Amino acid sequence: MSTKTITIREALREAIFEEMERDPTVFLFGEEVGEYNGAYKISEGLLDQFGPRRVIDTPISESGFTGLAVGAAMVGLRPIVEFMSFNFSLVAMDQIVSNASKMHYMSGGMFNVPMVMRGCNGSAAQVSSQHSHCMESIFSYIPGLHVISPSSAKDHKGLLKSAIRDDNPVIFLENELLYSLPGEVPSDEFTIPIGVAEIKKEGTDVTVIAHSRMVEFVKVALPALSEMGIDIELLDPRTLKPLDIETIVRSVKKTNRVVIVEEGWRFCGIGSEIADQIYSACFDYLDSPVVRVTSTENPMPYAKNLEVATLPSPEKIIEAIKSVTYRN
Amino acid sequence: MAENSSKAPKTSKPKTVKPVQTKPKRNRQSKTTIPAKTTKTSQLSKQLQQTLDELGKEVSIEMMRMMLLIRRFEERTTEMYQQRKIGGFCHLYIGEEAIAVGTAWAKKPDDYLVTSYRDHGFALALGMSPNECMAEMFGKVTGCARGKGGSMHFFSKEKNFLGGHGIVGGQIPVGTGAGFRAKYLGTDQVSLVFFGEGAISQGSFHESVNLASIWNLPCLYIIENNRYGMGTDVSRVVSIEELHKRATAFSIEGLAMDGMDVFECYRVMKDQIEKCRKTSRPALIEAKTYRFRGHSVSDPGKYRSKIELQAYKDADPINRTRKTLTEVGWLNDEDFKKIDKEVKAIVIQSIKFSDESPEPSLEELTQHVYS
Ligand SMILES: Cc1ncc(C[n+]2csc(CCOP(=O)(O)OP(=O)(O)O)c2C)c(N)n1
Ligand SMILES: [Mg+2]
Repeated sequence: MSTKTITIREALREAIFEEMERDPTVFLFGEEVGEYNGAYKISEGLLDQFGPRRVIDTPISESGFTGLAVGAAMVGLRPIVEFMSFNFSLVAMDQIVSNASKMHYMSGGMFNVPMVMRGCNGSAAQVSSQHSHCMESIFSYIPGLHVISPSSAKDHKGLLKSAIRDDNPVIFLENELLYSLPGEVPSDEFTIPIGVAEIKKEGTDVTVIAHSRMVEFVKVALPALSEMGIDIELLDPRTLKPLDIETIVRSVKKTNRVVIVEEGWRFCGIGSEIADQIYSACFDYLDSPVVRVTSTENPMPYAKNLEVATLPSPEKIIEAIKSVTYRN
Repeated sequence: MAENSSKAPKTSKPKTVKPVQTKPKRNRQSKTTIPAKTTKTSQLSKQLQQTLDELGKEVSIEMMRMMLLIRRFEERTTEMYQQRKIGGFCHLYIGEEAIAVGTAWAKKPDDYLVTSYRDHGFALALGMSPNECMAEMFGKVTGCARGKGGSMHFFSKEKNFLGGHGIVGGQIPVGTGAGFRAKYLGTDQVSLVFFGEGAISQGSFHESVNLASIWNLPCLYIIENNRYGMGTDVSRVVSIEELHKRATAFSIEGLAMDGMDVFECYRVMKDQIEKCRKTSRPALIEAKTYRFRGHSVSDPGKYRSKIELQAYKDADPINRTRKTLTEVGWLNDEDFKKIDKEVKAIVIQSIKFSDESPEPSLEELTQHVYS
C-alpha cells in the first residue's frame, strides 16, 4: 500500500474534500470557514472548490447554527459544523445535548441526526481560562453522541471520513498544536472505523493510554523510559465513545500495569471512566493501582509557569510510569 | 488495526438536494467605505464647541493624553509580543481609543463597565495603572489579575471594571446583571456594556437587551462597530447594517455616534448615561469605529483593502483631537511632543516594572478556584 506524508491539517482538509465530493448532502459551515479559509486554515481552498452554497460562513451564532445543523440533519443533510474552537461549543451546548444527542431516541428511532461537530479542543499556548477547555469528558457523558479524539494524520483523516458517514451526531475533537504535525497516510482512499483503539507502540511493562496531543507527550518520554529499561505499550483509544475496552483489556492483561494520560481535569475525567472499566474487567490482572496523569483542578491560568504546572508533561508521565512499576 | 475500505454511506440520500440559500458570492475584497471627514478646519461645529467649553482646556488635554497613552502602550505591547514576553491571544484597540476615553470621562467612577477581550483601552482609560496591565500580560503576579487572566482578562474591582471577556457575547448578560444590582439596591449607578458588532449575532445580546427593557434596568449597550469580526465584514452577517436600529425590537432608544471622535463619544455617552441614570431605561448605542491593526496581534488582516485602511487612518482619533485642540489654541506641537514623551516614559516604566516583577508562585495555581 503506497503512502504519502501530510500534516494533520491537510488530512482533515482531504477528508472533508473527499466526502463533499462523494456526497452532495455534505456541507461545511462555521465562523470564518469560507472567505478567510478557516481560522486555522483547515478549510483552505474549500470555498473555491465547492462555492458558497456548500462552504458557508456563519455569523457568531453558535447556538443558532448548531441547532440549524441538527434540523438540517434530521431531514437528510449531513452538516459538518466547525467550531472555531470547542470552547465556543459551550454556547451551543443546549442544541448538542438537548437536541442532537436525543433526537433519535425520543422520536422512537424515527429521526436521526447525522452531523459532525469538529474543531480544536484543549489548551493552546497561554490562551487562558476561557479558551483552554478539554471537552471530551463532558461530551462523552451524553448518551447519543460519539466522541472521537485522534492523534495522527492518518487517524484524523480516516476517522473524520467515518464520522461524516456515520448516522449519529459525532463530536470530533482536534488540537490546534497538532495541526502542523506530519504523518503517513495511505495514498488511496481509506476510512478508520469509529470505536477501534490502536496500539501505537507495543511493549510489555506498562500500558499507557493516551489520546490526542497526549500521545505526543508520551512519545517524548519514550527515550528516557527505555533508558530506565521500561518498555511501555502506548495505546490510543482514538474514539472515546464508544470506548474500545476489549483492546484496552487485552493490553492490560499483558502488562498488568496502567497509566492513563489526559489533558483534561482529573475529577470525572475520561481516565476515571477508563480506570473504572479496567477495574471491572481485569482487576485481578493488575499489579498496581491505575495511575492517572491529568491537569490540575483549576481553570487554565495565563502565566506560562502556571500553565505548565497545570498541564500534564512528559516528566509527569515518566513519574507516573515509575510509580506503577515501583521505581521511585 | 482494522481498517475499512471506503463504502457507500449507510443513509439513503434524498432524491433532490435543495440548495441552501446564501447570499451571492461577493467580491472578496470588502467594500471600501470612507469614514466621516474630520472636523472642518476653519470652524468647529457648535456641538464640539459646546463640548470643549464644558470640558475646558485641562480635561480636554487629559483626554488626548489618555488616548496617546493607550496608543503607545499597545504599540509596545506588540513589540513585547514579538519578543515573546507576552503570549496567548492579544487584541489591540488601536484606532478605537476615542470610545473608551470618551466613556471614561463621561461616566461616574462607580458606574459599572464590562467589555470583550479587546480590553486594554478600557482598563487604562478607567484609571488602571499601566504597570498592572503590562505585568498581567507578562504573566506576573503584580498583574491586575495576578497573571492568571492575561491580555483578554483585565479586571478591576476598584474601578468597577467587570472585566475583559473571551467568549463573544458572554459579557453582555454579566453587564446586565450589574445594572440589575443598581436597580435592586436603588443606587444610581449605570452599567455600561461594551461588545463588538460581531457579538450582536449571539443570543446573549438579544436576551440581555430584552431583559433590560422589560425590567427597566439602567444598562447602556454599546456596540463597538469596527466593521469586522475577525475576517468577516459586518455586512455579510447582519440583517440590518444600521445596527443601532435593532433597538426598535426592544422598544428602547437606539443611536449611532462617531466612535473616532473622542468629544462626540464623550458628549453622547454623557447624555445617555445621565438619561439612563434618571429613567432607568436601557439604550443601544452604535459606535462607528475601525481597528487599525489585525483582529489580534497574529492576524495580518488581509481581508480589507489598503485604501480602506488608509481612509480610516486619515481619521485617526488622536490626530483628530490634536488638530482640534491646536485649532482652539490649547495645544501646540511642543506641548504634544512633551505629552508624547511623558506617556512613552510611563510605558517604558511599565515594561521595566513587569520585567522585574516575580512570576506567580506555584501555590497560586489552585488558589482562587473557590472563594
Ligand atoms: C462564542 C465565541 N465564538 C467565537 C469566538 C472567536 N472569536 C473571537 S473574537 C471574534 C470576532 C468578534 O468580533 P466583534 O464582536 O466584532 O469584536 P472585535 O474583535 O471586532 O472587537 C471571534 C469570532 C469567540 N471568542 N467566542
Ligand atoms: Mg468587530
